[in-house]
Formats: sequence, C-alpha cells, structure tokens
Amino acid sequence: MAAGAASGGSATTDTYKDTRTWLLMPAWVTLSILVLAPVLMMLVYSFLTKEFRGGVIWDFSLDAYDQFFFDRGLFGDDPPRIEWTYVTIFWRSIWQAGVATLFSLLIGFPTAYFIATRPANLRPVWVFLITIPYWVNLLIRTVSMKFLLRDQGPLNDALIGIGLIDSPLHIVNTNLAVQLGLFYSYLPFMVLPIYAAVERYNFALSEAAADLYASKWVTLRRVLLPSVRPGVVAGCILVFVPSMGSFLAPDLLGGARNFMIGSLIEEQFKGNAGNWPFGAAASMILLSLVLIILMLSARQQARADKGGG
Amino acid sequence: MKGPFDLRSYTGFRAITVLCLIVLYAPLIVVTVYSFNASQSLTNWEGLSLRWYADVFTGPESGKFKIAARNSFVIALIAASVATAIATLAATGMVRGGRFRGRALSFGLISLPIMVPEIVLAVATLIFFNAIGFDRGLLTILLAHIAFCIPFAYLPISARMQGIEDSYEQAAMDLYATRRQAFTRILLPLMMPGIISGFLLAFIVSLDDFIITNFVKGAGVETLPTAIFGSVKQGIKPNIMAISTLLLAVSVVMVTLSYLVGKSDNTK
Repeated sequence: MAAGAASGGSATTDTYKDTRTWLLMPAWVTLSILVLAPVLMMLVYSFLTKEFRGGVIWDFSLDAYDQFFFDRGLFGDDPPRIEWTYVTIFWRSIWQAGVATLFSLLIGFPTAYFIATRPANLRPVWVFLITIPYWVNLLIRTVSMKFLLRDQGPLNDALIGIGLIDSPLHIVNTNLAVQLGLFYSYLPFMVLPIYAAVERYNFALSEAAADLYASKWVTLRRVLLPSVRPGVVAGCILVFVPSMGSFLAPDLLGGARNFMIGSLIEEQFKGNAGNWPFGAAASMILLSLVLIILMLSARQQARADKGGG
Repeated sequence: MKGPFDLRSYTGFRAITVLCLIVLYAPLIVVTVYSFNASQSLTNWEGLSLRWYADVFTGPESGKFKIAARNSFVIALIAASVATAIATLAATGMVRGGRFRGRALSFGLISLPIMVPEIVLAVATLIFFNAIGFDRGLLTILLAHIAFCIPFAYLPISARMQGIEDSYEQAAMDLYATRRQAFTRILLPLMMPGIISGFLLAFIVSLDDFIITNFVKGAGVETLPTAIFGSVKQGIKPNIMAISTLLLAVSVVMVTLSYLVGKSDNTK
C-alpha cells in the first residue's frame, strides 16, 4: 500500500537487462489471468441478463445499470423515476468512509508527527508498534471491536465503573459503530504515509518561521502542513478507499439498517438476492469511483512533485 | 532543540499518540484476556481457565476447526511460496532490468491486487471461475490467494534489492561468474532477508483473508476465517475468543519475525 512508491523506485541497474522479459513473465501471466481478466469479465457480466438462481444468461442487457439508477415500478412498465435505494447506499458508504477518515486523521496526524520527531533509532520501533495490529486478521479485529463496544461489554463496564455514565451506551448497530470499526481497521494506513512525509520535512523551515515570530500553531498550519500535504492526502486515500468497499465492519457492527456497498454486492452473490449482473454492475461503479479518486490523487501528487522539487 | 522552547513538540501530541496505541491494542488485549475466562457467558469474569482452548481442540466444533486450520495453513504455505518466487523474479526484472517501456505498466499490474477494493476483486474472481467453468473448491482459493499475495511479497523484496549495490554482482562477473551464478550465489543470498520478509507477509495475508476466500470457496470448504465468520454469525462464543487469540498470536509472531529479519543487514 505504499502510495509513494508509484514509480517503483528509481535506483535501477541493468545487470539482467537481457533476461528481463523472462523474469517478469511469471508475474505478467499470473496477474493477467487471475486479476486483469477477471476484472474485464466482471465488466462483461454487468451487461448480461440475470439467471434467477445465480449466474447469467448470455444476452446483452442494460438491466443491471437500469435497476441501479431507475425505478420502473413493480411490473417494469411505469415511466422511469430515479431509484434512490442504491444511490443512498452508495452515499451512505461515502459518508461512513469519510467520517472514519476524519477520525483517523485527527488521531493519526499527531501520532505520525510525534513518531517522526522521536530519535532516529527509536522511530522504526514506534512504526512497528503501529503496524502490528494491521497484520492481525481483520475479521478478528472487527469481532474484538464488537465485543468491546457491546452493551454489556468492557467499555460500558469501565465507563459505568468510573461513574461517567449511569446506563450502558448503545453503540453496536449504529452508524457510529461502523465508523469506529472502519477507523480502527485502517488507522495504521493514515499514520504511515504522514510519518514518512514528516520525517522528510526540513525543520529549518519551522525555525525560520519561528524567527519571524510565527507562533507554533501558525507554523504548523502555514509551514509544516503544506509541506507534508502529499503524505496527508495519501493517508486519507488509503483509509477512505478500503473503508468505502468494506464488508465486515458494516455487516458485524452495523446491523441491517446500516447497509453499505460491500454488503449490497455480497448479497447479490452469497445472499438471497442472487442477481449477478447487478452485483457486477455495482462492483464496476465502486471500482470506477476508486479509480477516479486514485487518478485525481496521482495527478495532484505529480503536480506537487514538480512544484516542490 | 530540547528545552521549554522546543519548536518540534506540540502539547497534546504525546497524549494522542498514547490514545492511538490504546485504541489499536485495546480490542486485541480484551479478546486475549477474555479467552482465558472460565465463565460460560461472555459477560461475567469467573477467573482464569484454559477450558476454551481445550474446547477448541477437543470440543464439539473441534473437527470443523481442525480441517479449516489445515486448509488455511496449506493454502497459505503454497500461495506464499509461489507468490514469493514470482515476486523475486519480477523484482529482479524491475530493479535490475534497466529502463524499459512498460516498466510503469508492469508496476501497475503488480500492485493491481492492492489497488482494487477487496470486494471487487472477490466478485471478479468468482465471475471469472464461473465463466470458464472451473468448479469452486480448494484450488480456486489457492489460485486467488497466489494472485493477491504477489504485491505483498513484491514490495519488501524490491525495497531490499534497491538497497543492494550491483557492484557485488559486477565483481563476481568480472571474475568470470556467469550471470546465473551471480544471481544464485551473490544476489539471492544478499536478498534473503527481503525474501523471507516478503514470504512472511504474504503468508499472513493469505492466512487472514476472509472476503475473497468467502467468495471463491466451494460449498462446505472452509478456511479458519470463514469458519470463524460462520460461528460469529450465530453469536460470539468463548471458544471463538480462544481460536481468535491463537490466530492473533500466529500473526504477531510472524510479523515480528518479518520485521527482525528485514532489519538485519547482511551486506556488510
């Protein structure tokens, strides 16, 4: 997930120039067959006709996209009206992912800054501490979060124990639970790129600002923040993108009323809905959204590289 | 720069960092602690006990979990090995192959599995296997895992290779080593920490995957995460806490190994 490594690094030599094609061939073949071809096949499926118990009939059809955006009544012959159900689910996913990203930024930025200003030999240890939880199974982390937040869970017990509240907070099955779950799932992704950016930051700039009587917070906002902005943007994307398509947090923490795109898609393939073209179309719409975000950020990053040197 | 006028430190940042670590670790610690709870119910604490660990290995659900665990570990071992081999060759081509057209495209292809949202990759893979008429089962899980493990193995391996000067291989070839010998006798041993680190990360990612596995597994085929998900859907039971703690421990141990191996420097 190294957003900064988009160029693949520049330090290359050409010892194996002649055999390059053969060295890269296994990766090309494997990924073309197992990732690229499936994504293209998904695009094709989104334009096919649904088979009622899962699968497709090979007839071209725009039904899947039509169903996503338009409501034509129970028998399909009413004049089309805009269908809000699925747009709302998408909007909710964007909102939930946005709030989770904001939470992560509020906690992640100071953490990343704090770590980047530790002595150089201690920084890798701090970074390691932040990354460990990411490598723990996402399912287990989400279940742990649910256990912690339950009405009779340790968090409520602790809060009642110290007298902060009288009756348990109902967090599970609310939007807040999903936001907390997403925040918790992807928080390390926010810390790491910001840390990398702050570590490269030249503190002489802050000193110069201080010499010119800028207060510390003004220095932070007007000098440091603009310099480390690419790191902040990368962190936000790394939290926002997987949050938007997440399935486990809304499924386990959100309950039935807090449906997100991931659950909508899953239901078309594993659940009762069984509409493969519709699931493929929803996946394509999600993928397009993600690609647009990544492209915009790549362009912004390229502009920052050119400007900042 | 230390002292009362330290420009670099901001009031509250240390406290937020501590809060961040608490947030990251609290759920994991709570699950670990409660997995040792003697009580039948999750709510009450009735003292330390290993009964739920015994339940995992000998209880009514132990048969299911044993098969799931075996599937998970076999798939993770094969997928991580194949992905690491592919990633090592690809990294050599990318880092030691000079500049060439399609280099950026190759890098894009290699990182594709981590750019595409997991649920989308899961749907695409399911559709692909369906379209070519491949029966879903252990083999489909394995193939899908190999694909998404490649970038996780590739990143530490290529990072390591970029840190190794090619003067060692050049020196070997000046002394009449063939390119193949320079690769296997010089570059590969120097690369070993990166390769092991990449293998371990790929192994954990495969072992932990739920979403893609859930889509491409056949009916009745389970890995540990899908078996745990199936149980959790019927309510969190104490034995799930125990099995989660075991899996959590495996991940933490492997990631620590990966960190320590990756840090070691054998080029000196």
